[in-house]
Amino acid sequence: MIWIVRNLWLIPALPALAAGLSALAKQRNRRFAASLAIGSMGLSFLLSLFAFAHALHVSGQGKQVIQVFNFPWLQYGGEWLKLGWMLDPLTSVMLVMVTFVGLLIFIYSTGYMAHDENFTRFFCFLSLFAAAMLGVVISNSLLLLFMCWELVGLTSYLLIGFWYHKPAAAAAAKKAFITTRIGDLAFLIGMVWLYSQAGTLLFYDQGTGCLERSALMGLVAQTTCIGMAASTGIALLIFAGAVGKSGQVPLHVWLPDAMEGPTPVSALIHAATMVAAGVFLIARVYPLMAAHGGTSLAISSTTALQVVTWIGAITAVFAALIAVAQDDIKRILAYSTVSQLGYMMMGLGVGGVAVGMFHLITHAFFKSLLFLGAGSVIHGCHEEQDIRRMGGLKKFMPITFATYATGMLALSGFPLFFSGFWSKDAILHAAQIWTISRVPFYLGTLGALLTAFYMTRQIYYVFLGESRLSDRHNMPHTKAVDHPEHSAPATPHESPVSMTVPLMILAGCAILLGFIGTPAWPWFDSFLSGQQATFNITGFLEGGILPVMLSSTVIVFVGLGLGWWLYGRKPIASADGPDALEQLQPQVFHLLRNKFYVDEFYQATFIRCNTWLSHLSDWFDRRIWNGAVWTVSYVVLGLSWLARSTDNYLVNPGFDEGCHTVTVGAKFLVRLQNGRTQNYLRLVGIAFAVLVVFLIWSGVR
Amino acid sequence: MNLFPSISCLTIVPLLGAIAVLALGTKSTKLARGLALAFALIALAITLTVWHRFNPASGGLQFEEVHAWIPVLGVQYHIGIDGLGLLMLLLSAIIAPMAMAASWQIQQRAPLYFSLILMLEAGLFGTFTALNFFHWFLFWELSIIPAFFLIRLWGGSQRATAATQFFLYTMVGSVTLLLAFLAIFLCTGKFDFMDLAELARNGQLLPAFTALGAWHHFTVEKISMVLCFGVFLGFAVKVPLVPFHTWLPATYAEAPTGTTMLLTGTMSKMGLYGFLRILLPIFYTQLRWLQTPLLWMAVATIVLSAYAAMAQKDLKRIFAYSSINHLGYCMLGIFSILKFTGNDPALATEKTAAMNGVFLQMFNHGLTAATLFWLVALLEKRSGGARGLNDFGGLRKVAPVFCGVMGIALFSSMGLPGLNGFVGEFLIFKGVFPLAAWPASVAVLGLLATAIFVLTILQRVFSGPLQEKWSQMSDLTLGERLALLPVITLMFVLGLCPQLVLGVINSTAMQMVQQLRF
Repeated sequence: MIWIVRNLWLIPALPALAAGLSALAKQRNRRFAASLAIGSMGLSFLLSLFAFAHALHVSGQGKQVIQVFNFPWLQYGGEWLKLGWMLDPLTSVMLVMVTFVGLLIFIYSTGYMAHDENFTRFFCFLSLFAAAMLGVVISNSLLLLFMCWELVGLTSYLLIGFWYHKPAAAAAAKKAFITTRIGDLAFLIGMVWLYSQAGTLLFYDQGTGCLERSALMGLVAQTTCIGMAASTGIALLIFAGAVGKSGQVPLHVWLPDAMEGPTPVSALIHAATMVAAGVFLIARVYPLMAAHGGTSLAISSTTALQVVTWIGAITAVFAALIAVAQDDIKRILAYSTVSQLGYMMMGLGVGGVAVGMFHLITHAFFKSLLFLGAGSVIHGCHEEQDIRRMGGLKKFMPITFATYATGMLALSGFPLFFSGFWSKDAILHAAQIWTISRVPFYLGTLGALLTAFYMTRQIYYVFLGESRLSDRHNMPHTKAVDHPEHSAPATPHESPVSMTVPLMILAGCAILLGFIGTPAWPWFDSFLSGQQATFNITGFLEGGILPVMLSSTVIVFVGLGLGWWLYGRKPIASADGPDALEQLQPQVFHLLRNKFYVDEFYQATFIRCNTWLSHLSDWFDRRIWNGAVWTVSYVVLGLSWLARSTDNYLVNPGFDEGCHTVTVGAKFLVRLQNGRTQNYLRLVGIAFAVLVVFLIWSGVR
Repeated sequence: MNLFPSISCLTIVPLLGAIAVLALGTKSTKLARGLALAFALIALAITLTVWHRFNPASGGLQFEEVHAWIPVLGVQYHIGIDGLGLLMLLLSAIIAPMAMAASWQIQQRAPLYFSLILMLEAGLFGTFTALNFFHWFLFWELSIIPAFFLIRLWGGSQRATAATQFFLYTMVGSVTLLLAFLAIFLCTGKFDFMDLAELARNGQLLPAFTALGAWHHFTVEKISMVLCFGVFLGFAVKVPLVPFHTWLPATYAEAPTGTTMLLTGTMSKMGLYGFLRILLPIFYTQLRWLQTPLLWMAVATIVLSAYAAMAQKDLKRIFAYSSINHLGYCMLGIFSILKFTGNDPALATEKTAAMNGVFLQMFNHGLTAATLFWLVALLEKRSGGARGLNDFGGLRKVAPVFCGVMGIALFSSMGLPGLNGFVGEFLIFKGVFPLAAWPASVAVLGLLATAIFVLTILQRVFSGPLQEKWSQMSDLTLGERLALLPVITLMFVLGLCPQLVLGVINSTAMQMVQQLRF
């Protein structure tokens, strides 16, 4: 077997080792921890490149593109539970993306976190995260994937709550973990169900894996009690896990709150990698999602994939709407991430693995670019996150501005030269030809319009116009920014090199990556499906591609124009003035600013129910069960009291009376035998006399 | 085969230790606890050699010792272990020194305290090895008495009530157990568990109960149900199963921490062990009639106790309820195995998976729960007795290592993959789902509630702003770190390499499942 396949485990193991070593390191060994983390990540990146090259080589030869390595883990009964890892195009692409983006963000963090007292711990957690995420990517077993998936959740929890002294961060971390765990439990049930039906959790195992033909046929043939195929039920349960992790409606509420974590964390975990793990999971189990019993091979029409599509499309629009009315630079990006993840899901649902994954990869680059840019802005503005109090940063932070603008155009889908355009277009095109319904296409288009709009709004607020940074002290409702040391209004400054260089590299990628998946040269699509890509300029003319491209171009320009119309025409005057959209539609704006009141709704329903249930359980224990026990014990006590009373008032007096009689008799008898010889003799004498008298008297008669 | 009676030896060592420590009188606390720890470590060493010599390929009894004792009553001195017994011996041998380490600072009547712990350990060893009812019941009771005195003499402010409640509850269970076994003896003339299981397997047990048939014109089935219930109650109280559990939170909260560790780590396993070794092989028919209500009882145990834990404000009470919750998974696994599956080999494998999961969960819960109570004790030592959920805040700043260790133990209890708690729970769910899909699906709620209260603890105690009064709190000392190191290491090792344990118990689990399959 090929060396890289056999040793693929090294890619996650290196960061895991780094995490373990730096966990044992003292807080002051900052340089040690950082270089360990970056070094291990660099090595993993090199190995990933090697793996990628190998996958490329294999797919070029047209051989079997999936290579696996399985090993036994534990035994129950006569069977071994096996785990394993695999190398296929999907894995190799994800490996390169995660290690590359991760490496850049690690480097960026050395600048961003330079003054943090828990610097060492930060790199420990980051490395652990990278290890778990890479574990998810290489798993060839749903169980191993689930285990790494949970560890990813743990590290996300640790990093969101990294500034644990902030109550908001601690609460956000808890919320993130529990919300995703709701999905994970459904995932767990789906997994044990799959295990019981397929008899294995290995994805690929020479024809016997659970994603291979024979197992899928069996799953499709099984029907459950509600008439659904077992494959559909399992697929939906697994999808619930992805909904939690990827912040899809209705479990999206944790992701915006997760922005309480340090910005590099938001970039790495909550934009580029972890949240995309849900999308990756669906791509990985795609054969299961698409399994159907019919003879026609109409793709994307299974119930499971329809659900994926609808959830994705709704999320894409829902989150984009909320993003329009937010003021926190990171929260806007967070809602944007939710919305883009919805796109990816929709892409998977309507177009297959390649369509969804292409957007995942391009999004990973431009969204981490945007987050790191936002971090640079926050850093430059002395921990200010409210876009209303920024403005005019273009002249203070030219590099940040240029790279941020690149990311913004890529996210908006600006035509031809930005990667977001190509990947989003592929999704829209697939949605347009989807046979079930056209509604997802319209929702996607609306989402694209909103994306262009809110990103334009953000650019105008942050970088253009005049600086409003000094307004922060005049604001009556200053948001909790707990950095009192920055009380003097200072001018913004550009960030250090360790932060700007990653920005520039990512900006380059945000542009160039688009060209690996154009309709003329669909290399990405071909690579994932194990075919050879050919350059063919007529690809643009096929099946309605050009009209979709044109319409989405128009949509993007409309969005940009609307943004300019509302925010660009006249400069934003002051930080506390109402938003331009607020002036137009105050009620809608408030609904959006309050995120459709989803949090409040959950608070009033699920969380209240949960609390109520816990109090009910406690009350049950204290009153009902314990009450029953006490009742029994009081009954026993009552009986014993009764017994004692009977003793005291009935048995004892009678007994005492009897005893008394006996005592009196005994006392008399005691006098008879008091041990004095003369008494006995006297008695004997008397008796003798009486006897003599008696004999005489009887003898006389 | 075995010339050297290792198992008898194992039981005698802590008993000798208890006597030796007590014989020292009240002269030297230091000497008493040192000596007690030495005896506990000797017992651990013996257990490890037994573990080493144990043949994992055989599912039957090993290290058997049989001697006549009271032949007239069918009482033999019959001891032996299989994979389950060995695992429980190891657990007891690990928890006992841990409990001693956690009680290190006890000054008041220390020799008596440590001697009672050793006596308790002897009781545990005896219970987990005895195979004759008479002999087994002696040790079963022997373990309750030291526990009672440990709670009564060294407990918290409510100790009198707690100790009485604990004693009465377990006594009621013991009495029904004893009566049931006397009735069985009257019918069969046998006290030996293995013989009785054999009778049950051959279908001779039920007819034997006709001897009691004249009794109020009960049918044989009804009589057998009554007897089954008597035995069931004895174990259900011990585990405990909702609704026989209300003694537990009070007892765990009031007992001195070392005792709580033994109670949760090992004594709760006595109940489960009873289910597996005694109730299941002898009364499987009767239990099978009741399978559905029993399954839902286990689900209620899992869900209600997890939710009740969420409502508690005292860390010890939270962990007490969490303990009930974890053992609920074991009960779920055990009851699901009762399902009649005919000769379907696939379902038999699922049963074996669940059985393995139950064994593993018993061991892992013992480790993790004992560690959690230990950590609460360390916290109490620093806070002067405060252990409320809302008494602290931001402790991670002053005690990062303590927070890290507590975090590991808490996540292990939550069943995070990579730590020991996960594998057992996974195997249980994996086995139970095909056998009883709905109970398994509802039981998942318990996992959610566990996550909620675990994270609430981390949030309230360790995160947020540091309270002024705790700003001088010290982190774990070097000694404490070293004492905790082995068990934390074990959590990781078993999480990554569960085969270390599974390899030893798998044959036993297989055999147990096979014997229930007809």
